[in-house]
Amino acid sequence: MKMYTPRYTGTVTKYVFVESPEMTPSDLAIRAYEISQGVMIKETCFGLQVTGKEEDVNRIIDSLRALDPVHIFVKDRGFPPGDTRRCRANLGGARPGYFGHEFEMGLIRFISGGLTALPSRRPDEVPEPPAPKRREGLAADRLKEIIESQES
Amino acid sequence: MANVFIFPTTSLILSDLVARFGHTPLSAAMQIREIIQTPGLESPPLQITPEDPKKGLHWAAVEVPSGVRGRMSLYGPLLERAEAAIIVNNPEYSFGCMGCARTNELLVFLVRKKKIPVLDLEYPTSDEEGREFVAAIRRFLDSLPGASA
Repeated sequence: MKMYTPRYTGTVTKYVFVESPEMTPSDLAIRAYEISQGVMIKETCFGLQVTGKEEDVNRIIDSLRALDPVHIFVKDRGFPPGDTRRCRANLGGARPGYFGHEFEMGLIRFISGGLTALPSRRPDEVPEPPAPKRREGLAADRLKEIIESQES
Repeated sequence: MANVFIFPTTSLILSDLVARFGHTPLSAAMQIREIIQTPGLESPPLQITPEDPKKGLHWAAVEVPSGVRGRMSLYGPLLERAEAAIIVNNPEYSFGCMGCARTNELLVFLVRKKKIPVLDLEYPTSDEEGREFVAAIRRFLDSLPGASA
């Protein structure tokens, strides 16, 4: 077995997704480059990946998010950009994890709508979110009846 | 600021909303980052070594398949730190092999067993549901200790 020496230790990587009628990923990338100050910015089809020291990454993301708060979404990434274990340039096909992004980006317009509507919502209004339907389990008494009916 | 466990652990929507409303989302990426930034023996792609299923014994019994125990070594530390949880039920993209499926079941079970505040949801499928989804998450997060709003 080979020894493993990690790259980019002490850094964090965050994805910035943009799904806006007024801003494209390249607009966002230009803004990010303007304030990057040594932080690694990678433009992608859906937005950006920002890699650097945590405080620098957070500073850039706060500035970017302010451009269009309800249409820009951020999440952590474990791997740095271009890592050969994840990058599709090495693996071919869609990157693992892409399908999750694809699924959620299909729903993101509902979340943007929810964020837009939030300030106009009355504070005492109880939300009724889509909740999982509860299935009634088989009651123990009923199970006992079934067993007894089979035995007799 | 509370540590909020999110399920699915890779969810963009949950991760963003939790951070946006002033709390810390506990997502899989944080654990993966920690593992791949730790020097050791090379074990691509996720640097999971034979030691990890042993660590997973803390959360899963020895007769549980090693695939589940290995995954639990990744998610277990997040569970330990969780002070609240948001669970989106039936996420289509979490569909995977038996190891993934059983780990997902075990994770949700352990979250409920921990007796922390839990918000149960489904993904929204319309504008109206989207508004209620976001409002419910906001309300839940505001009720947690250390909420900024």
